[in-house]
Amino acid sequence: MNISLTINGEERQLDVEPRRTLADALRDDCGLTGTHLGCEHGVCGACTVQVDGTAVRSCLMFAVQCDGSTVRTVEGLAAPDGTPHPLQTAFASEHALQCGFCTPGFLMLAAAALEENPALADDPDGLRELLTSNLCRCTGYEAIRLAVRLAAAMRNTGGT
Amino acid sequence: MKPAPFEYLAARTCDEVIGALAAGEGETRVLAGGQSLLLEMNYRAVRPVQLVDINRVRDFGGLDVVTVPDSGPWLCVGPLVRHGRFEQQVEAGPLGRLLARAVHFIAHPPVRARGTMLGSLAYAHPTAEWPTLAVTLDARLDLVHEHGARTLSADDFITGSFATARRPDELLTRVCLPLLPTATGVAFVEHRRTAASFAQLAVAAALSAQDGVVADARIGLAGTAARPTRARAAEALLTGRAPTDEAINRAAAASVGVVDAPDDPHAGDSYRRHAAEVLVRRALMQARDDIAERT
Repeated sequence: MNISLTINGEERQLDVEPRRTLADALRDDCGLTGTHLGCEHGVCGACTVQVDGTAVRSCLMFAVQCDGSTVRTVEGLAAPDGTPHPLQTAFASEHALQCGFCTPGFLMLAAAALEENPALADDPDGLRELLTSNLCRCTGYEAIRLAVRLAAAMRNTGGT
Repeated sequence: MKPAPFEYLAARTCDEVIGALAAGEGETRVLAGGQSLLLEMNYRAVRPVQLVDINRVRDFGGLDVVTVPDSGPWLCVGPLVRHGRFEQQVEAGPLGRLLARAVHFIAHPPVRARGTMLGSLAYAHPTAEWPTLAVTLDARLDLVHEHGARTLSADDFITGSFATARRPDELLTRVCLPLLPTATGVAFVEHRRTAASFAQLAVAAALSAQDGVVADARIGLAGTAARPTRARAAEALLTGRAPTDEAINRAAAASVGVVDAPDDPHAGDSYRRHAAEVLVRRALMQARDDIAERT
């Protein structure tokens, strides 16, 4: 099937089998391997991307469902001039990653959540619930939590 | 793993969906949120010949209060209402409050952004939140097929673990939940092994009070049998009485009568009975406090 979608601001035409998940289309057809696949059944969250601004599991959507949609992956997080997104800066400074496999998923999850509700960082229960969406097997949740709070503070003070 | 090949139809109208289901001879599946269907397809536990995607069907996102003569107001939910929609109260009364509490137990935000209430009912996971609430509240479900339609109570719709009365050519088009009287206290509690696990046991409770006594009690348990069940004996013990600690303890003890589940690696029968009693007591205490907070 032929589909067209906007990925990180760039319009793409793809010819995919219906059974192609969005995750596989991004990685194998578009070469965007920043989106990682862990469990392929919605548990780990490594494949989290944004579809029309909402964080979703790209292993639990077919690419054909995204015909006409806007998709944002970790490759589209930094500014066009390469300046890292506040979350990327905060993840680095708070040591919120170790092996890094889960990081793209956490970044896309947190970026969508902060855009929808910048006050989330000051809601301990809400932030905790959000971060239980994804798995980090280097057990870095506390650092991830601190990084999301730092990124929110950077945004609110007009930082990059 | 990757799903097996299938044909894909992005339907635009309800008739197109029903036509595809009729023509599919049981091999066509409906794709709504897909958060359980894709999981099973990725496992290759299911291999449908065709998927009919309903995400582009107009009018499937309905969420309205409908007043039915003689049976009062109902909250009616269409096939494309996602779980996340219920995080904000969709209705100002106790029903909206109960839905907003229960929804936080469903998976996590990215899955709640896609998965749908009707999809969850059609899937009928034995400890899923919406089927538990549907049975507890006596929800009514509308099924449509090529030559007609029928309406079933949740109790008749859910027939077992992952089993419903829906025939393969039928589409679940609507679920209606009754609005609850203003002086109703509600609660939803679960026991689960990790934050991301499915519930091992879940209990929903709604206590409607009048002049200090319980006028109507609803207690629904999941994880205690193949499908969610009302604890009717426990409900009867509360009805017409003040919701004292003693009355709640007696009802909780009576509710274990519904436990009828085989042992699993995490819980034998005695553990399950104990956990059910604890959860029912907890739910009833919360429901009682919920009445007190509102009146």
